[in-house]
Amino acid sequence: MTQSFLSVEGLTQRYPSSEFGELTVFENLDLKIEKGEFVSITGHSGCGKSTILNVLAGLDEANEGVVIMEGREVSGPSLDRGVVFQNYSLLPWLSALRNVTFAVESRHPEWSADQVKEHANYYLNLVGLNDGVEHRKPSQLSGGMRQRVSIARAFATEPKLLLLDEPFGALDALTRGTIQDELLKIWAGTGQTIFMITHDVDEAIYLSDRILLMSNGPYAKIAESVEIEIDRPRSRGSIVEDALYYDIRNHLVQFLTSRSKEFSGPSSESGGHLPKMVRLSENSIIKKKTMAL
Amino acid sequence: MTTLKSRALMLSVAILVFLLGIWELSIPTQKAAEELTEYEILMGSATPKAGVPPPSEIIIKVYEELSNPFYEAGPNDKGIGIQIGYSLYRVLTGFGLAAILAIPLGFVIGMSPLMYRSLDPFIQILRPISPLAWMPLALFVIQDSEGSAIFVIFICSIWPMLINTAFGVSGVRKDWVNVAKTHELGAWKTAYLVILPAAAPTIVTGMRISIGIAWLVIVAAEMLVGGTGIGYYVWNEWNNLDLTSVIFSILMIGVVGMALDSVFGILQSRVTYQE
Repeated sequence: MTQSFLSVEGLTQRYPSSEFGELTVFENLDLKIEKGEFVSITGHSGCGKSTILNVLAGLDEANEGVVIMEGREVSGPSLDRGVVFQNYSLLPWLSALRNVTFAVESRHPEWSADQVKEHANYYLNLVGLNDGVEHRKPSQLSGGMRQRVSIARAFATEPKLLLLDEPFGALDALTRGTIQDELLKIWAGTGQTIFMITHDVDEAIYLSDRILLMSNGPYAKIAESVEIEIDRPRSRGSIVEDALYYDIRNHLVQFLTSRSKEFSGPSSESGGHLPKMVRLSENSIIKKKTMAL
Repeated sequence: MTTLKSRALMLSVAILVFLLGIWELSIPTQKAAEELTEYEILMGSATPKAGVPPPSEIIIKVYEELSNPFYEAGPNDKGIGIQIGYSLYRVLTGFGLAAILAIPLGFVIGMSPLMYRSLDPFIQILRPISPLAWMPLALFVIQDSEGSAIFVIFICSIWPMLINTAFGVSGVRKDWVNVAKTHELGAWKTAYLVILPAAAPTIVTGMRISIGIAWLVIVAAEMLVGGTGIGYYVWNEWNNLDLTSVIFSILMIGVVGMALDSVFGILQSRVTYQE
């Protein structure tokens, strides 16, 4: 068996809690992500999605379990794993451009100032920030523009794995759509591996290769891994006409509204189980067959 | 149509003129010697009484002193510019030394909960001590009045800077620290590129409070140690019973204090950022 680009083994997170002695957010999580995949994770609040992302980023440490990227154990944050935070996390005293150049400088300390600036401007251009907008401070930018800067900053450091923590959560629907398209465009060019948290089912289907469904906590699990077998490049207009789109959408919504509660409680087995693979294309063929009968 | 600013200025001037007018009118003019009756002369009314001078005399004094601020005519007769210069030298030296100690130490306290907890009792006990209470000890240990005055300024400037720096540093948003971490910035770079600019508005506020306190304390300290400085000048003029000079120097203390504060006000607006 070939090794996955990223593999998470037996991840467990517990917090001390006065009522129960200990609160287990999740236990024995296993997960594999291949190189170049766009994987989303969704689930109800409090199931530990952000904790998983922070562990992948190296900002948090799980109580048990390991994260292995390209055969090496992840310990501590690294420029190989870029993070786009939900609240943008731009440094407010620096201009948009300086927010990006500061990241580029830390990636390539040997570069000249011109080289750094050129590289930063290239990525700012990709997200449509030019013509002097890049010299503004974050407080003078709209939410959408701030998130664009944040995305440009993450891509400019050229990380192997990009972690997006609800990147579009605070944006209005129109801006969200535009930035999603920009993200897909850049990703198509760079082929990085992306791990994204989202609460938006349509966003997850539109962007991802695979959607991980997390059950409710405590003792949350990654219950299923739903493959999105819709050809790329996708377009917002035509994706809804794909026969699979509504099957997938219904499956996800059904999971989030009812089935996500069924998995709670400590697991009987101990580790070694990856999320159940779900391919709805196979389902729909079966469905069509039964309908034909 | 006048702006609010210009109307406020006009009102300020009106209030000033009104108050000075009342002051001027309320000072009884002393009769000239030839107008006195023989009885009054016998009763001692001919010797001029010391009284609060009217503002007109003070304005003349201000003009005289400021037209020649740097004269030097013996140890007890120096221009106001020289006296203020001595005071500023002491304040800035003491304040500067305090900043060199307090800001790095505040960083350490702000970043390390262990250091915060272990140093907190010392800070809590030392901070409420009146800076002048240190004076006798300083005079004995340092054996120099100049050094003692600077030490008193140093000790009173430390606390606001130390506490504000620690507070600002510990309050830096975790997101920004995470940004530094995910970009693999080392401890020094994180401190310099992220924490210092993030905490700068709070640190400068501490510096502004410190310089204000230092300027309050230097007057009292110089009254004690004597020799030179604006505080000594006030006390010396009181001993001369020259109330015009006393009021003039009080005015100058206010003007210089305002100037010091506005310098830090400018610095503060430079480092303030909007989230």
